[in-house]
Amino acid sequence: MTPDELFQDRIDRGIKIEPKDYMPEGYRKTLIRQISQHAHSEVVGQLPEGNWITRAPSLRRKAILLAKVQDEAGHGLYLYSAAETLGVSREQMIADLHSGKAKYSSIFNYPTLTWADIGAIGWLVDGAAIINQIALCRCSYGPYARAMVRICKEESFHQRQGYEILLTLCRGTKEQKAMAQDALNRWWWPSLMMFGPHDSESTHSEQSTKWKIKIVSNDALRQKFVDQTVPQGEYLGLTFPDPKLRWNAARGHYDFGEIDWDEFKNVIQGNGPCNRDRLRARIAAHEQGAWVREAALAYAKKHEKRAAA
Amino acid sequence: MNEWPLWEVFVRSQHGLAHQHAGSLHAPDAETALNNARDVYTRRNEGVSIWVVKSADITASSPSEKGPLFEPAASKPYRHPTFYEVPDEVKHL
Ligand SMILES: [Fe+2]
Ligand SMILES: [Fe+2]
Ligand SMILES: [Fe+2]
Repeated sequence: MTPDELFQDRIDRGIKIEPKDYMPEGYRKTLIRQISQHAHSEVVGQLPEGNWITRAPSLRRKAILLAKVQDEAGHGLYLYSAAETLGVSREQMIADLHSGKAKYSSIFNYPTLTWADIGAIGWLVDGAAIINQIALCRCSYGPYARAMVRICKEESFHQRQGYEILLTLCRGTKEQKAMAQDALNRWWWPSLMMFGPHDSESTHSEQSTKWKIKIVSNDALRQKFVDQTVPQGEYLGLTFPDPKLRWNAARGHYDFGEIDWDEFKNVIQGNGPCNRDRLRARIAAHEQGAWVREAALAYAKKHEKRAAA
Repeated sequence: MNEWPLWEVFVRSQHGLAHQHAGSLHAPDAETALNNARDVYTRRNEGVSIWVVKSADITASSPSEKGPLFEPAASKPYRHPTFYEVPDEVKHL
């Protein structure tokens, strides 16, 4: 067998690939793209929620939101570290994010207009991420799979705190419930877009499936999300902004309407409501933090000299 | 003193799992440490991969500071899913 055949055989037998193992260049490149994109999403994903930390309605909610945003920073770090095992540097990945070469999940290009949006993000956006990430726990690359296991454990509070926010609003005044409904109306479709294009349109799908980088197809994951989420929304007494959404007893699944793929492409291409703002905020944070990185290095060097002396 | 340095041995027991600390041994260099680790810690096929790290290169937290070091997590029960009220009727959360 050739090295590539041996490699595929390992994957077919369910043996994880580890950093020092042989891997085809395409496998390495695809993983670097996917893991760094995932890392960027965790980091940029802090921005829409960070927008509400100072305006959370109570100390309890503020502490929870801080803890959640802190978790997302940690998720970014686990994933950057996993990508680095493939030979790409942290600096390079961050440079690619800032130049616009690397993408992040387009969901974070939508604005958080009200407090209910924080509930909707936890419930829907983290909910969709969890479904995606549970599948990835079985992916063929060891460091990525292990990062996913850790992340999935931490995610479960994210979704529950979001649902709790909406439950509280829905049990509140008419205005509060309307706020929850408005958030669902705006976040529902972008959440469905998080699973990516239809399987028939997805460019890297086939090879990624063969390599077990993709475990479950986009459409199957999206269906799972809809099936789990619709009853949760009904319990809240909210309605989904999709006239075609209904239970199909024959299929044992919910049917739902078509995603606006023009909007999807438009946001990916950089024209969503907040694309420019998000990148600007990330670049500013990086540049304004430069002196901290330099000072920490200078401090470490000084102590090294002292210890040597 | 010409004592060989101490090495910490980490073994990946199965494909897919992270390396775990197995123990330590003395060896003159990294390669010998790796070979000795194989003979000491994986005689019964306990592993598929070994790491050795010089003990002196490990910075560890001090046991006496365990309290203050981990206190920040102790006061944050809201990092756990059980902190949140979700009605029994609501599934998959
Ligand atoms: Fe996350
Ligand atoms: Fe995530
Ligand atoms: Fe999250």
